[in-house]
Amino acid sequence: MRHTKLFLAAALLGAPLAFAQDTVIRGGTVLTVTEGTLSPGEVLIRDGKIAEVGTSVTVPDGAEVIDATGMFVMPGIVDAHSHIAAESINEGSVAVSSMTGTGDVVDPYDVNIYRELAGGVTVSNILHGSANPIGGLNVIIKHRWGADAAGLVLEGAPPGIKFALGENPKRSRGMPAGVERRYPATRMGVQDVIRQAFIEAEAYRQEFADYEAAQARGERVLPPRRDMKLEPLVEVLEGTRLVHAHCYRQDEILQLLRVAEEFGVRIATLQHVLEGYKVANEIAAHGAGASTFSDWWAYKVEAYDAIPHNAALMTERGILVSINSDSAEEARHLNQEAAKTVKWGGMSEEEALKMITINPAIQLGIGDRIGSLEAGKDADLAIFDRHPLSTYAVNQMTFVDGEMLFSRERDQAMRETMAAERAELEEKLSEGDAAERGPGRRGPRRGPREGVRR
Amino acid sequence: MTRVDRNGFAIALALTGVCTIAAGQEEESWIIQNARIHTLAEGAEPIESGSILIRDGRIVEIGADVTAPAGAAVIDAAGMDVYPGMMDSVSQLGLTEIGAISATVDTVELGEMNPHLRAATAIHPSSEHLPVARANGITHAVVAPGRLGGFGGGGAGISGQASIVHLDGWTVEEMDINASAGMVLTWPTLSTRSFNLATFSMDRRSFREAKEEYDRQVAELGEVLDAARRYAAAGEAGARERDVRLAALGPVVGGEMPLLILAQGEREIRGAVEFTKEQGVKMILLGGSEAWKVKELLVENGIPVILGPTQRLPGEEDEAYDQPFTTPGELHDAGVTVAFATFGSSNSRLLPYEAGHAVGYGLPQEAAVRAITVVPAQLFGLAEDFGTLEEGKVANLIVVNGDPLEIRTEVEHVFVNGVPVSLDNRHQSLYERYRSRPRPER
Repeated sequence: MRHTKLFLAAALLGAPLAFAQDTVIRGGTVLTVTEGTLSPGEVLIRDGKIAEVGTSVTVPDGAEVIDATGMFVMPGIVDAHSHIAAESINEGSVAVSSMTGTGDVVDPYDVNIYRELAGGVTVSNILHGSANPIGGLNVIIKHRWGADAAGLVLEGAPPGIKFALGENPKRSRGMPAGVERRYPATRMGVQDVIRQAFIEAEAYRQEFADYEAAQARGERVLPPRRDMKLEPLVEVLEGTRLVHAHCYRQDEILQLLRVAEEFGVRIATLQHVLEGYKVANEIAAHGAGASTFSDWWAYKVEAYDAIPHNAALMTERGILVSINSDSAEEARHLNQEAAKTVKWGGMSEEEALKMITINPAIQLGIGDRIGSLEAGKDADLAIFDRHPLSTYAVNQMTFVDGEMLFSRERDQAMRETMAAERAELEEKLSEGDAAERGPGRRGPRRGPREGVRR
Repeated sequence: MTRVDRNGFAIALALTGVCTIAAGQEEESWIIQNARIHTLAEGAEPIESGSILIRDGRIVEIGADVTAPAGAAVIDAAGMDVYPGMMDSVSQLGLTEIGAISATVDTVELGEMNPHLRAATAIHPSSEHLPVARANGITHAVVAPGRLGGFGGGGAGISGQASIVHLDGWTVEEMDINASAGMVLTWPTLSTRSFNLATFSMDRRSFREAKEEYDRQVAELGEVLDAARRYAAAGEAGARERDVRLAALGPVVGGEMPLLILAQGEREIRGAVEFTKEQGVKMILLGGSEAWKVKELLVENGIPVILGPTQRLPGEEDEAYDQPFTTPGELHDAGVTVAFATFGSSNSRLLPYEAGHAVGYGLPQEAAVRAITVVPAQLFGLAEDFGTLEEGKVANLIVVNGDPLEIRTEVEHVFVNGVPVSLDNRHQSLYERYRSRPRPER
């Protein structure tokens, strides 16, 4: 019910959910990811959904036919860890910031939505930062470039929350002078904060249970005061809100699994989880998913034992693994990042592709509608000119809900228009007081990747 | 695993399966057979099935018909490809271990004028980063001091001399190729905004103020070079007072040592080119995010570019999404000499993929391979010894099972300084150790 309402609301707000025309993609190799590879294969898109996938699909009258000869059609890439399209999402002043959420600060104008779309990404999990043991709520977006903030939100996706362990929440790295230290400052304290919060949430849940029982008995009682910090944690206790936990070292991973088990909670995903390979048996037994980088290491102590074989080792022990970006740049070539699991750890090509499509979709609780090319699923897909695990592969088109929101050809054609517009604006600027201005710009440049904080 | 004892026996080569070692030979030599050899020599086609004989650190014979001498260790490379070892043209390998722990980082000295400092002084031969890079085919690298990738503003000045090293050796002296290969200069940026670390916020200033500071910084650089010239002249005239800073700049003003100028923006690149022209010194541009805007200028002045990582975001919101990917191809087409570098340490192993990424966006594959082998060797005056597979050259080479720019390709053997090196590293050993952890009983 809620699903339908949101869906309608999004449509009314002008999100690109209006499905014009049937589309058939034919002639290329279709990497369904879950049901094998069809070469050549065909895909029929209707009403924003995949209607048929096969070696020969129905071609309805008036359908737009896209010739993908020589190309590779794959499901849209799902990034299980992203911080794009959002402003200021690390509420670090308190150890538990579950009253905040990235869904409140979605920025539909962030150009990274488009840049990643150009890399084949169609869904991103926008997580809160990692400054606190229990962080804010996350929001899952579709890369519906052009839609407003509400229109980007993936309707019906299960809600989630960020947890964080280790160096970041204990804030062991340099804080600006004059900033007071905040509890916790150790991994022991991190576990304590999480346990205390769960205890509070249990008590809060009990208050409401008692209140409802009293009401049922016909007593006139005042309702308990609502607590926006604890409500999401009650949902965690009840298993209706997914926990996505930032973690690195094996000891902190285990302590989280154990404190969660104490309260009957299953962690949905361990994020980064760079030492996950060391405790893969335990993670598999707990039933958590793992979402990791392909090969970053050594940028801090807790990343010193990171190995590029992590994804493969965890997969071999039965853990559902995804490769994420945590970076607007890295997200643009997640297909290459997936290829690294073939090189380091010997994953099959299909397993590698799963790590950026169906696996993250399942981890986010949207695997029934996203992450593979199957009839009935959302028509989110990317068309590469070579096998997407090739270093040379260039994405040519990206579809979201059946609509082509990126086309390399169209992008290149638009560049002249953009250049002309820019020239015109610059001319207008220079008509003013040119002396006080340089040729507009610049902010701090992003350095090479080792400068980026994780 | 063990590396090879260079003075005696081949102890236990980590070349499982394909290598047979004749123990006890007087002179160590290796022969790689049945390989497709990409010599990259000017105008040469690959040798479809050939051999390379290596002795005393050098390639002594290469071709379709090379007879294996008695006692040579044989590496059967049937179905595999041999390329020159890859060279990371700017890195910080050995200068930094764990980025967040300053005690392990020796990249940036205090002060803005440190031409007398040399990277080789602080390269840690036991750094875990070296074997990791090596295992993916990086055999030698330029190691440069300075804040090479940092966040905008600040850090302008001369950070020291870049050193070129083999990524193997018991000591840094054994690793040495050229300890004083170039002078690293971070060009001042003209920016009206700068990030204030104390307040974690952006400071703003007027364009006039920013310009004045920029001009002052450039003028100071000119004064230092002038002083270095006077110092050299005074030395020739018999003056005996010693100034290590000015002495270090002697080879720069003498035209023997290139300035490796880190500049990203169009304005900064133009400024740096103008400066080196006026000063009559050699320049290699590092970084060059906006080099695509000044292609003609770079061609006219014969200035090569060592590009920073291809995999980065566009500098501007309205820049084409793929500008960083197309820049190498655009520069190559215009006739600019292009090399790739990672500017990093832990990511040095990704060098072939930074080059490969540009291939999808217009850079010819062969040019991409050359840009991480031959071209950097030429840029740093090492072409006689490095960069191609030819008789007489130092045997830094790799044996791979396919295209080295493709991620899925595996590096099978690596020779550094004429010796096969172990491909073991921190990652591989952790992998093997934890892969053998018992599984729970079901």
